[in-house]
Amino acid sequence: MELALTWLLIIAFIIIMYILLDGFTLGVGLLFPLIKEDSERDIMVTTVLPVWDGNETWLVFAGAALYGAFPLAFSTLFPIWYIPLMLLIFGLLLRGIAFEFRLKAHETRRLWDWCLFGGSLMAVIAQGLVIGSFVSGFQFNPATGEAIREQWFSGFGLFCAFALIIAYGLLGSARLIKKTSGSLQTKFYKISAKLQWLLMLAVIVVGVYSPQSSKLQMRYWFDLQHSAFILVFLIIMAFLFAIHALAIKNRFENLPFASLIIIFILAYLALVTSNLPYLVPNQITFMQAKADDGALLFMLVGAAILIPVLLFYTAYAYKIFGGKTNEKISY
Amino acid sequence: MFTALELSRIQFAFTVSFHIIFPAFSIGLAMFLTVMEGLWLYTKNPLYYQAIRFWTKVFALTFGMGVVSGIVMEFQLGTNWAGFTKQIGSVLGPLFVYEVLSAFFIEAGFIGIMLFGWNKVGPKLHYLATILVTIGTTISAYWIMSANSWMQHPVGYQIIDGKFITTDWLAVVFNPYTLPRFIHMLLAAYLATSFVIISVSAYYLLNNQFVDFAKKCLSSAIIVVMIIIPIQIYIGDESGIKVHEAQPIKTAAIEGIWDTQKGAPLLIVAWPSNIEQRNLFEVGIPYGAALINTHKLDGELQGLKSVPQEDQPEAWIVFYAFRIMVGIGLLMFTYAIVAIWLLLRGKLFQSRLMLQASKYMAPTGFIAIITGWFTAEVGRQPWAVYGLIRVNDAVSNVSMHDVLVSLALIIIVYGIIFGVFYFHFLNKTIKKGPADFDSVEPFYFLRGAQPQEGDK
Ligand code: HDD
Ligand code: HEM
Ligand code: HEM
Repeated sequence: MELALTWLLIIAFIIIMYILLDGFTLGVGLLFPLIKEDSERDIMVTTVLPVWDGNETWLVFAGAALYGAFPLAFSTLFPIWYIPLMLLIFGLLLRGIAFEFRLKAHETRRLWDWCLFGGSLMAVIAQGLVIGSFVSGFQFNPATGEAIREQWFSGFGLFCAFALIIAYGLLGSARLIKKTSGSLQTKFYKISAKLQWLLMLAVIVVGVYSPQSSKLQMRYWFDLQHSAFILVFLIIMAFLFAIHALAIKNRFENLPFASLIIIFILAYLALVTSNLPYLVPNQITFMQAKADDGALLFMLVGAAILIPVLLFYTAYAYKIFGGKTNEKISY
Repeated sequence: MFTALELSRIQFAFTVSFHIIFPAFSIGLAMFLTVMEGLWLYTKNPLYYQAIRFWTKVFALTFGMGVVSGIVMEFQLGTNWAGFTKQIGSVLGPLFVYEVLSAFFIEAGFIGIMLFGWNKVGPKLHYLATILVTIGTTISAYWIMSANSWMQHPVGYQIIDGKFITTDWLAVVFNPYTLPRFIHMLLAAYLATSFVIISVSAYYLLNNQFVDFAKKCLSSAIIVVMIIIPIQIYIGDESGIKVHEAQPIKTAAIEGIWDTQKGAPLLIVAWPSNIEQRNLFEVGIPYGAALINTHKLDGELQGLKSVPQEDQPEAWIVFYAFRIMVGIGLLMFTYAIVAIWLLLRGKLFQSRLMLQASKYMAPTGFIAIITGWFTAEVGRQPWAVYGLIRVNDAVSNVSMHDVLVSLALIIIVYGIIFGVFYFHFLNKTIKKGPADFDSVEPFYFLRGAQPQEGDK
């Protein structure tokens, strides 16, 4: 029990790290069509070039950890999400290639700009569909116990995709505010100022809509015991959005990114906790899906030693490339 | 029409064959760069610096391809091979977790400094980053080889309620089958990389470009090959013996032997037919196979027919894949002898014939790597985990159409993006050559100097 719970928490941590880190990287790609100048696009890419690989590694980690710690969940969820996951990895593939090739290209530069945007967009839409279907839950064929296919697509999933595009775009913009200066920075302040309202709207719609899309959630959200908790949650969210809006208005450089991070974490907690203790919604709990204790313990030893170390050197690498980005880099 | 199983197999074989090319090249280049940077810091010879900056460009391109194609691999284990994952997830999963923790994060954390840190950190830290990236790629190869070796030769487990539970992690991680294969794979990566370096240098010499640079790269790579290739052949032989102990049927397919026999011949050409359960024709050296696989003239080799037909691998693929790999190994050996001989007599750089030949050696290492893997993996069939889980039971419950869509996408995307553009940019980098680093100094910020053009 404790071991499985520990791994559940570790995986939750890995996923939020991925969402935050790759979120702003994807956001930078999503903002590409809004910035037309080549030299400005170069700066945008430069801000993420030394770190995108590390950010994406959190996704690889999430996959491996789910595989090792909860193999039953991994092998049930992934086939259901076949198409969106393929979309996700193709999107990431296009984006990764565009990062590399853009540096070298002259004539085909436009093509890679489009791949960077298109790949990011594809990956974000796929993530939205995955989150949407996770929140809504799945139907299973009672006779065979097999998941019914084609559940990855729904109106709610599409809406989640839309919300995620806005959210990542805003996160990317906040990151770029931190990393740029002058007229380019002003552009991102303007973009953030608009996107934040859209995000607020999207959060409200998801909040209202999602309880209806899942019975379990309905119980959870409208349960009396929880409603006090939810009220507090909503107040904190509103407060954070207000801080963000003020920070943008007063041109604070670091606060928009910081407040968005907290907003992301809270929204994430609301989504993941609402399905507990299920890993495969309504079907398989994390206790049913867990690997044997020996395997969990074996992995935990490595994780306990290596996660702090890697957090340390990752932070160090961020520090080396910290500060404002003023010029394009290459190798 | 195809089934989801067949399509998944085609998709896996295609994507993994693609993936392995890039990590192999990355592993080799990272090691090459580590050695070069060490030599440069020690001797301060600017030619080394040129070599580093030039091959770093190739490395960066290749590394990125390895990362993105690797993610496809990991996800496929869940999307296409769920049956397999469900059963052995708690054995192989931890190995992947360790791979991510102890290798991928190190690579990802320091690759930025290695590629872009020339004017952000000092020489010591930069060199440390290069070394760590190299260590990361090497460790990553170890974990993945140990995962695959467990599939070839499962050890240290118990089956409880249809699930594999590991009883001895040390046995899994240090599977006796892993070590020779890991070394074989590492050396394969170094060889494949060396031959690319040899080929590019020969191309420059033939065109009379960057002559000093090319001579330095060519002679270093040839020395490396001369040292490695005999070891590689020896380790290959060791692997063969291990295979014979663990999977006699794979050895039978490699040697094209149908009936269990003593003193089996080494077949040079043959046409093994699974349908007729015999070789349609064969030409061989008496006692050869027995000698190689058991190191005894009258050693006994089990034949393919000792197991039911549905438990036999497709023999002709294994047979020819193996011969291509070994053929390339012998070709490399011959090349190395001739090249060293010419080098010692000071004639290497003038011999246009040898330079032409060198130019065309570039793909050989990669062909040997892929055919080597085909030997190992197809020879394991019909098992996903040897003797325990059949590939038929490993596949996910996905529809044929979904897999068809993903496979079509993969072929298009890989074909165009990797096939066309990777080579396009590689070509461009090579054509441009190392010239633009001629006058550039790294770490200028340490001396308070101004940045120079081309060194950003
Ligand atoms: C440059 C690459 C290269 C070269 C020159 C060779 N090999 Fe190799 N070989 C590989 C690259 C490789 C590989 C890609 O690394 C494989 C695939 C799977 C593995 O473990 O290593 C492999 C597998 C492999 C296997 C199968 C192992 C298994 O099924 O588990 C055997 C028996 C050999 N090799 C033997 C040889 C011999 C006798 C060689 C002598 C010339 C040789 N190889 C040259
Ligand atoms: C990287 C180099 C590799 C190559 C070129 C390679 C090649 C192949 C090929 C050709 C097949 C299909 C065999 C057939 O269907 O007849 C296959 C199957 C497979 N391999 Fe590998 N392989 C590689 C490494 C690995 C590693 C390291 C693992 C372990 C994690 C692995 C796991 C599998 C699995 C799960 C299958 C599918 C089930 C099966 O068909 O056996 N492969 N591989
Ligand atoms: C012997 C076979 C293999 C070796 C030696 C190998 C090695 C590597 C290396 C060194 C990298 C780092 C990126 C690079 O250097 O280009 C990498 C990336 C990757 N490989 Fe492989 N690999 C092999 C086969 C596989 C297989 C079969 C899988 C699937 C389970 C896989 C999964 C991955 C993943 C997920 C990444 C991306 C990691 C990242 O984001 O940094 N690899 N591989």
